[in-house]
Amino acid sequence: MSIREANERALVRLTSAQPVLVDCRPAREALGLDERTVLHSGPPLLWGQACPTVQAAILCAIRYEGWAADDDAARRLVERGRVTLGPCHHAGAVGPMTGIITASMPVFVVENRPGGNRAHATVNEGLGKVLRFGANDASVIARLDWLAREAGPLLGAALRSSGGLDLRALMAQALRMGDEMHQRNIAASALLARALMPHLARVAADTGAVARVADFMAGNDQFFLNLAMAAAKAAADPCLEIAGSTMVATMARNGTDFGIRVAGLGERWFTAPVNTPEGLYFPGFTAADANPDMGDSAIVETVGLGAFAMAASPAVVRFVGAGGLRDAVRVTEEMAEITLGEHPHFRIPTLDERGTPVGIDIRKVVETGITPLINTGIAGRAPGTGQIGAGVVRAPLACFEQALAAAAAGRVAT
Amino acid sequence: MDEIRDLFGREIRVINVGLESFALVLESLGVPVIHVQWVPPAGGDPARARLLALLDDEDGA
Repeated sequence: MSIREANERALVRLTSAQPVLVDCRPAREALGLDERTVLHSGPPLLWGQACPTVQAAILCAIRYEGWAADDDAARRLVERGRVTLGPCHHAGAVGPMTGIITASMPVFVVENRPGGNRAHATVNEGLGKVLRFGANDASVIARLDWLAREAGPLLGAALRSSGGLDLRALMAQALRMGDEMHQRNIAASALLARALMPHLARVAADTGAVARVADFMAGNDQFFLNLAMAAAKAAADPCLEIAGSTMVATMARNGTDFGIRVAGLGERWFTAPVNTPEGLYFPGFTAADANPDMGDSAIVETVGLGAFAMAASPAVVRFVGAGGLRDAVRVTEEMAEITLGEHPHFRIPTLDERGTPVGIDIRKVVETGITPLINTGIAGRAPGTGQIGAGVVRAPLACFEQALAAAAAGRVAT
Repeated sequence: MDEIRDLFGREIRVINVGLESFALVLESLGVPVIHVQWVPPAGGDPARARLLALLDDEDGA
């Protein structure tokens, strides 16, 4: 099979995915996640190479699970190998920012109906002091406890009652309503709430619980982000077995490295030091306070959303530090230079209904020198700070150069 | 030489490929210019260009 044929097959598989939200269950059930394992975002990460913000989140998760009483004891467990670290992507999951998942945390279950494969993501905790941004105080653990005890089981029961929610249709609609589904998920979160609330009300024995979950969802404009990520992973994963394809199937960061996986090169990661985002900061913070980029959320750019769909989301342009709609259109057009086609379902009204650019080709990235742009939140560099802003960041070219060399070596070998 | 003299005797229309500064100078002189953004593949790096050539099968080769 030629590269062109392999890429055509990969692009069709990626864009014809039909992700359906079917359940929410503890990670130990949904992922078969072992006790004493902490999943993190991005490519594989050694404890000693993790940035302080990711380390703080890992230690907090260990305290949350009750495996250690304080950070010092938690640190000893990791350093002695009694707690194992691993990438979310290797366990069938994705997590934003630090991406921390442990056994007790509830995860959404998204099923790709054509392939039957599943992907998972945690329940978005909200903004500010949250584990995904490296915050680690008692309020973070209290929220995680509530998610596991009340919100997760109720969301799961409602989803099972619903028979599954079609995320592709919901995401296509949200794009038309101004979301790019990375830094702006207001429409998608509202559409999800509209679809879910009747089922929540039907399955709940306690109206107080329904009110608390409804309040939580209504108060979090980014609630849908994790679902967009799981839907994207469910679409992208089946591409990892298409021999010969030069299409990117994963982009992810862990605060130390940026990693990509390529459809024709299987599970192998190609990594390079991650960049630090540029953007706007909350009052009292500056670029000097910013942590290097992190999170599995770049999977949404991998499927043609986020910065790739910037032209669909004028409202997000200023928030991530760009100038205006003209800049947004320019970003989407630039990303079209490095992609294989347009998404048949994710269409942009402001671009005369053209589909979002999708299917990043490592050859086009290296040939043009244009690297994927990613919309992202910015975490504080100091452990425990939480979110300090939002902006954009470029994937490092070196990942794509390494992958190109590996693809060429494979071509020569065959 | 006559052809070149004829060329400069007529209205000049320019397609500029690559360095934009050439187009900007002509524009400032009132010459109609269409600028084509172009850079050498892989920034002109021969090793990466060879890798790209190995993976170029757009003709179905």
